[in-house]
Amino acid sequence: MVASRGNNSNPARIPALGIRVIVLMLISILLMYFDQRQNHLDAVRKAIGVAVYPLQLVVDAPVRFWEWLGESTTSRNELQLEVGRLKAERLLTNARLQRLTALEAENARLRALLDARAKVRDQVRVAEIMAVDANPYEHNLVIDIGSRDGVYDGQAIVDADGVVGQVIATGLMTAQAVLISDTDHALPVEVNRNGLRTIAVGTGEIDRLDLPFLPNNADIQTGDLLVTSGLGGAFPAGYPVAVVDGVTRMPQEPFADVTAKPAAALDQVREVMLIWSGPAVEEQ
Amino acid sequence: MSRDRDSRRLPVIATLLVGLMLTILPLPEGIEQFRPDWLALLVIFWAMQLPRTWSIGTAWIIGIILDVSYGTLLGQHALALCVIAFITVRFHLLMRVFPLSQLSATVFALLALYQFLLFWINGVAGVTAQAMDYWAPVITGTLVWPFLYMFLSGVRDRARAGA
Repeated sequence: MVASRGNNSNPARIPALGIRVIVLMLISILLMYFDQRQNHLDAVRKAIGVAVYPLQLVVDAPVRFWEWLGESTTSRNELQLEVGRLKAERLLTNARLQRLTALEAENARLRALLDARAKVRDQVRVAEIMAVDANPYEHNLVIDIGSRDGVYDGQAIVDADGVVGQVIATGLMTAQAVLISDTDHALPVEVNRNGLRTIAVGTGEIDRLDLPFLPNNADIQTGDLLVTSGLGGAFPAGYPVAVVDGVTRMPQEPFADVTAKPAAALDQVREVMLIWSGPAVEEQ
Repeated sequence: MSRDRDSRRLPVIATLLVGLMLTILPLPEGIEQFRPDWLALLVIFWAMQLPRTWSIGTAWIIGIILDVSYGTLLGQHALALCVIAFITVRFHLLMRVFPLSQLSATVFALLALYQFLLFWINGVAGVTAQAMDYWAPVITGTLVWPFLYMFLSGVRDRARAGA
């Protein structure tokens, strides 16, 4: 980068230092301007992202190794216990699934009767979270599939229990996602009990969401399940988001103070599912 | 001559790579915000010791890599690192003769400036974060500096001896 010769202990001045720093600062400011205003720099970002990818793999390797070690040294007894537990779980899930098939058929029939558009089944794909920390100022995570696998910006991410977040930047082999608990994230939800629509906003705390736009007389109570309403367009409807865990109504305030706990274990998940919904499914 | 320079470059690149790994290494929630800015500290050290080889150009490239791996505005960390590298190179002769306590105070000021620049750019771009996220790394960074300084001095001396 800097062509330099001579001995470093030579105390002479470094040539053209001031000019260089001003030029680099101007380039930085231009880059930031274009990055903020348009998406011209996505290609640059992706190219550098590919260069950083091996490093992320290296950082991720010890964590994976540790998990592998833990798995391979689990005792036979524990494994047998786990197999038993999983079998029981599978039986339960299967039983539920049978009922679900019947319900789905019934639902389709009823919808046909009502002449409503049938609900599109979403296509999902499992992605693994790479043990890589992203931006410290935001609740982000990095997943191990990218635009090569059809991931797109704004795509919804869920885990087994509920909504996790959405993709904000896609690299070739990785993608960055923002969690629903990020302060900049807001999610259109509805109360499962009565269909009351509102917005769930991240608080910056991993286990709390705020519902700031509910009036004092809104019909909401502790224990209500919030599901995605599908109104924002990014998330398909009907995925569980959070459970209301605190409702404070203050007569002097116009809005009630409502908080909810995310259904997904945002800081514990290791595997997530990406959802391709609606038109994207038809394309594939 | 070129062999001499190569042998001096390798240890620096190695420390920078390790620094980048420490930067993206996952830490538990709660400790994470106290992670020192390893790369800023490394840039300060190498710009102070070998200002002809490792100065603002290197700092800028590291900053761009940081921006990509953090997903922040492209150029944000690059600008901040560039500025602290410039100040370090400008005063490197002075800083070399500082006793460690005074040097730590200087590093504290540089890290504070670094975080302030990031904070300022975030403010202009409309990114919000808790104040602790900015100021905790400044303190932890200053606390680890003396140890890092001794370790890196060892690396530098060994590189020179091996050349």
